[in-house]
Amino acid sequence: MKTKDISVIVNGEEVRASVPVRRNLVDFLRTDAGLTGSHVGCEHGVCGACTVEVNGATVRGCLMLAVQADGATVTTVEGFAASGRSAALAAAFTRRNALQCGFCTPGMLASALGYIDRGGTADRAAIREHISGNYCRCTGYQSIVEAICDVIEERTAP
Amino acid sequence: MTGPATIFDRPNRYIGQPTPRADAARLLAGRGRFVDDIQLPRMVHAAFHRSPHAHARIVSVDVTAARAASGVLGVWTGAEMAALVTPYVGVLTHMAGLRSAPQHPLAVDVARWQGEPLVMIVARSRAEAEDAAELVEVDYEELPPACDATTALAKDAAVIHADFGSNLAWERKVDVGDIDAAFAQPGVQIVEREFRFGRHTGVTLESRGTVCEFDPSEGCLTMHYSGQAPHMMQVILSRLMSLPEENVRVISNDVGGSFGIKIHTYGDELAAAVAARALGRPVKFVADRMESFLTDIHARDHVVKARMGVTASGTIVGIDMHDLTGIGPFSMYPRTSAIECNQVLNLTGAPYTMQHYRAHGQVVFQNKNLMCQYRAVGHPIAMAVADGLLEDAARVIGMDPVELRRRNLMADDSYPRSSTAGMKLDDLSHQAALKKLCEIMDYDGLRAEQARLREQGIFRGIGFVSMVEVTNPSPMFYGIGGAPIASQDGATVRLDAGGALHVSSSITEQGQGTNGILAQIAAGVFGVDIDRVKVTTGDTGTVPYGGGTWASRGAGIGGEAMLLAAQALKEQVLDVAAVMLQSEPGLLDIRGGAVVDAATGAERMGLADLARTVYYRGNELPSDLKPELIATRHYRVTDFPFVFTNGAMAAHVEVDPETGFVKVLHFWAVEDCGRVINPMLVDEQVRGGVVQGIGGALYEECLYSDDGQLLNATMADYMVPMAAEMPEITVAHIETPTKTSFLGAKGAGEAGTGGAPAAILNAVNDALQPMGATIWQMPMTPERILKVLGKV
Repeated sequence: MKTKDISVIVNGEEVRASVPVRRNLVDFLRTDAGLTGSHVGCEHGVCGACTVEVNGATVRGCLMLAVQADGATVTTVEGFAASGRSAALAAAFTRRNALQCGFCTPGMLASALGYIDRGGTADRAAIREHISGNYCRCTGYQSIVEAICDVIEERTAP
Repeated sequence: MTGPATIFDRPNRYIGQPTPRADAARLLAGRGRFVDDIQLPRMVHAAFHRSPHAHARIVSVDVTAARAASGVLGVWTGAEMAALVTPYVGVLTHMAGLRSAPQHPLAVDVARWQGEPLVMIVARSRAEAEDAAELVEVDYEELPPACDATTALAKDAAVIHADFGSNLAWERKVDVGDIDAAFAQPGVQIVEREFRFGRHTGVTLESRGTVCEFDPSEGCLTMHYSGQAPHMMQVILSRLMSLPEENVRVISNDVGGSFGIKIHTYGDELAAAVAARALGRPVKFVADRMESFLTDIHARDHVVKARMGVTASGTIVGIDMHDLTGIGPFSMYPRTSAIECNQVLNLTGAPYTMQHYRAHGQVVFQNKNLMCQYRAVGHPIAMAVADGLLEDAARVIGMDPVELRRRNLMADDSYPRSSTAGMKLDDLSHQAALKKLCEIMDYDGLRAEQARLREQGIFRGIGFVSMVEVTNPSPMFYGIGGAPIASQDGATVRLDAGGALHVSSSITEQGQGTNGILAQIAAGVFGVDIDRVKVTTGDTGTVPYGGGTWASRGAGIGGEAMLLAAQALKEQVLDVAAVMLQSEPGLLDIRGGAVVDAATGAERMGLADLARTVYYRGNELPSDLKPELIATRHYRVTDFPFVFTNGAMAAHVEVDPETGFVKVLHFWAVEDCGRVINPMLVDEQVRGGVVQGIGGALYEECLYSDDGQLLNATMADYMVPMAAEMPEITVAHIETPTKTSFLGAKGAGEAGTGGAPAAILNAVNDALQPMGATIWQMPMTPERILKVLGKV
């Protein structure tokens, strides 16, 4: 089993590990970094439960190998929560009950932050389009769309 | 039922309020506790060799190379596993005639569906276990498969269990009135259709999984279980592994969606428990997505031939139907795979006053994955058949489908009564729900718009469903048939020294908000701020004994138990307070965390003062006063087999005749689930249910080849509804509390899934009507729409 030593800045902290070269990023985050907030739903890049931020870009944690993240800066749901970046979204998700089982939620937050931080508007159709890479099997999506709209409207309110 | 009169109008009530769930904060911070998040010392991982064939004799199994592979700690073949586990058979005594063959965790002599586990490998890592699984060599002799349910009973069909002589698992006939005579009456017009409902599955975003630990020093097994019924699993593990029940503990923390998928006995999970006992170290098995598609129970798979008779003036005289259901090679243990068909027979036409009903259901074995209870068991079939025929009949007699419903729905003041099939009904509101639905959707306006747009070549359709939902099941559902499934639930409420409540309940949380409503009920009924209530569910080691959350029973049964327990504790506390305050219990109340004067609301004593006195300074109390400050109550439904809810729903769709695509423009649901404990949570249950119903109606299907190979076992190929294609869903309520409990809550979790497919079907057919086409097969894919339009 071939391994490689890597160093990744995860949520502001350096994580060094010797990882099997076939290990994907989300397994590295969950297993080597002990951050189980990023979830594994399909392992083929469709469901979005493993979505994280890598060097500022929204990335599927199951479609990137851990060794590809060597030297990168990765932020997970735990990092978003600790830094307060997801605080407004978390409040809106709570108020709207935009989560039920919560398994898709970390990935949904990462995608929503990507939309909001790039200047996305409170256009329901555009938000639905943007989060179509994140499956939610519980809510029916409407409350998630409303929560994201709430945050954008709060930010843009005069 | 009578009860304390002040619960619903107390100043600090929570019942009825859209209170946010306390659990949300943890899940939003990435601090969920799902099974795959568990990391235990010395934990090892299981993977499986699974049958690549739908039907094959296992000639030989060679695990030599697998045993020798790097990191491997244990390998079990089907025969080795069978020696350690009592076989199980998915039958219930009240389902007369139901038969199924003994099942083993791993196939022994014959593999009967593609994906059936044959060999388990346990290794240091999942990757190493999978590597070793690839080294398992099995010599298969392929057998002719019986995959198509419609030919499974043919004389030349391969018989899956030779002893049975045929692939028939169960059948039931219902015959009420005289359908042949009724249909032969002059003026009765008959509509006849063949409905096909494809197989789909739950696609819980968190796949099935377990971590099992065994402590040989105490002989105790702990299963960390992603599922809905911990006490049921406790009994099953005890029986099948020959362990004393008390030595099995089942714990469900966060469950990433379940929808009925995670409430059954799966061989791979059982095998993981056996491995944990054999190795004396924790074993984790988490299904990957392909394993989920191949082995999570599938749903539906019906072919229904049905006729409805209707008079020119719009009286539905009856329904005559035949339902054929394919359930895979076994009936699932312990709930069985015949309940779905049974529900179809029980529920078809249940909202209507028709006098005649004849139904024949047949449940057949086939070489596909097992079919069993998934959200809204049988309901989508029953509702689509009855309401599909109703709207078809409306077209034939030239009557508006809403008007035809009005003339046939049971009157809201006609309860209690029975349905034509003999279901006991009470507290329903079909007429009021339909009226409210038409108001909130602006039915007349939509019809006018539809006519206008049709002139422009835009084909929009409006479709309805009036439905019932089976909720709050009594012991008549499973217990009567010998299943180890509790029909009652318990709740415990404890006042702690600091004045907070710790409550526990045997119902479980899979995202519905179970823990939230338990806190609402306890806080409101007892009289503390909801922030001062902590909730424990999902652990057989600590919670009262009960059934769990399924069949839309959590709020109605578990919620009532919590109400009764909170009221009992309140009475106990007031008795203590009366002694301490030299007052009378009837003159006191508990509000906002304090004992108050009931008349004025003036605080007499904080709950912490009272509790600390009881716990720390009992010497201050009279010696004959022995307060416990804890109360447990259990509740079961006694007067009815089930408590039915009703609803009315409508879909607005647009069909593109060039591409066959269906766009759902809007969906409306009016639901009567009795007393609404938390309108926000109920609305989201309805919306999520509707979306799963839309999935079954338009997108989701487990596609099999003729020889039983699942063709779309990936998330990319199996179409789960996504945000962009889902409509906005308007939800409204009628509240007719059930008289079977003081709380008055009925279930709400399955209505959307049960009703939406019928409404979508009717809307699509309404849109297709000007083109002279109709469709009766779900999912209604673009290809199938183009086919009925004669374009492919």
